[in-house]
Amino acid sequence: MGWTRKDLLAMRELDAAEILLLIDTAATLQEIASREIKKVPALRGKTIVNLFYENSTRTRTSFEIAGKWLSADVVNFSAGGSSASKGESFIDTAKNIAAMSPDVVVVRHSSAGAAALLARSLPCSIVNAGDGGHEHPTQALLDLLTIREHKGSFEGLSVAIVGDIAHSRVARSNIHGMRKLGMTVTVAGPPTLIPPFVQDLGVKVAYRLEDAIRDVDVIMMLRLQHERMTAGLIPSLREYSRYWGLTLDKLRLQARPDVLIMHPGPVNRGIELSPEVADGPYSVILDQVTKGVAVRMAVLFLLAGSKGGQA
Amino acid sequence: MTTGPRLREKAQVLDDAALDRALTRIAHEILERNDGAKNLALVGLRTRGVTLAQRLAGRLLAIDGTTVPVGTLDITLYRDDLDMRGAPVVRGTDIPFSIKSKTVVLVDDVLFTGRTIRAALDALIDLGRPNMIQLAILIDRGHRELPIRPDFVGKNLPTSRRESVAVRLREHDGEDRVVIEEPEEA
Repeated sequence: MGWTRKDLLAMRELDAAEILLLIDTAATLQEIASREIKKVPALRGKTIVNLFYENSTRTRTSFEIAGKWLSADVVNFSAGGSSASKGESFIDTAKNIAAMSPDVVVVRHSSAGAAALLARSLPCSIVNAGDGGHEHPTQALLDLLTIREHKGSFEGLSVAIVGDIAHSRVARSNIHGMRKLGMTVTVAGPPTLIPPFVQDLGVKVAYRLEDAIRDVDVIMMLRLQHERMTAGLIPSLREYSRYWGLTLDKLRLQARPDVLIMHPGPVNRGIELSPEVADGPYSVILDQVTKGVAVRMAVLFLLAGSKGGQA
Repeated sequence: MTTGPRLREKAQVLDDAALDRALTRIAHEILERNDGAKNLALVGLRTRGVTLAQRLAGRLLAIDGTTVPVGTLDITLYRDDLDMRGAPVVRGTDIPFSIKSKTVVLVDDVLFTGRTIRAALDALIDLGRPNMIQLAILIDRGHRELPIRPDFVGKNLPTSRRESVAVRLREHDGEDRVVIEEPEEA
């Protein structure tokens, strides 16, 4: 089975075979990172534009490195130093960039649906690198690759996703991916940060950290955005970290000895994760970042490297 | 997966005994050309080239007593026709030894246009600088589009472009046999 889509917009629309093709391709491309000469000619002559309307270190750098290792030309656009600050609309900027014939546009935007809008309007391939509270598919793919490398397979694994579920595109993309691959997902957080009807995605809900992390194979902690406090969704950071922060003590009491601790970054040390946990033996946080480059190489290769992606 | 026209077997080129003899002869030629197997490495092209490389390594061990390392090369990322094909599956390169300063024998089942070998040379050189690269091929069917020639050949087989050559190996196909196939008349 091969890749046939023009764009990568959401985990929700992929089937299990497509997800596994992306992960398998990424797994084989990892080898490039260990080479002396980290470059293969697969995307020579292709142009990739990173169109980022929101701040990002990991994702943008990771797409840039991925493109360069595949020999594509990578151009970075960030809203700050561009005509977006002169008032040009999103779609106008995108159409202008498309007029320069890129093969792939990687887009991050604060509005849900921004990537889908570009996919409908532009002839090139679009990769969603995060659209508002909607989805962040490449993050879910790199999380899945990390889980498989440590656990061997997906079937029957249980995962707890803890924190601000309501505003997290990472949680949403992971829930779709994990459910399709046969994993059991529990989401946990303060009731104000759990979206209504989240059970409809096929997940269980826990309202205590201790209940969520007991006996699961993977614990995925989410970043708490400080502005949730000013919005009145949590009483204080101190209370949040007391009830929802993962510490070594809580881990030792409740979690399995072979549990994996994941976090999409950037970590609020001392809030959702204590430093001992973030840097501890259960943590695979930096491994996730390494896998991110391989996953983005796989996405770019499948979209731009073959006829299937340019349908 | 797209399927081309149905193929039917036209003629058998090698049976299992002949295939066996061809590999043994290639192993002897490799040893003769390189004064033994000391600095050698075998690198097979996915998929059947890898199997042939492993069998050659077995013969080199039997004849010369030297264990020659075998690696696997996947050239998907180096193809010059990515735009002309469906989405390819990347299965990965696995060469768990340094090829630097070695004599590398590339192994593949069929040599046709030479484009696969062109890509393989690029892929190999990106991994290091071998002293020498040689090419061992089970079936050379002609129709080269690039200035590439094999150093060791199991059998030269004149073919027409519309025919195809199928190398069947026990490990993949349950039998050792080489046949020419041609499209069935519509």
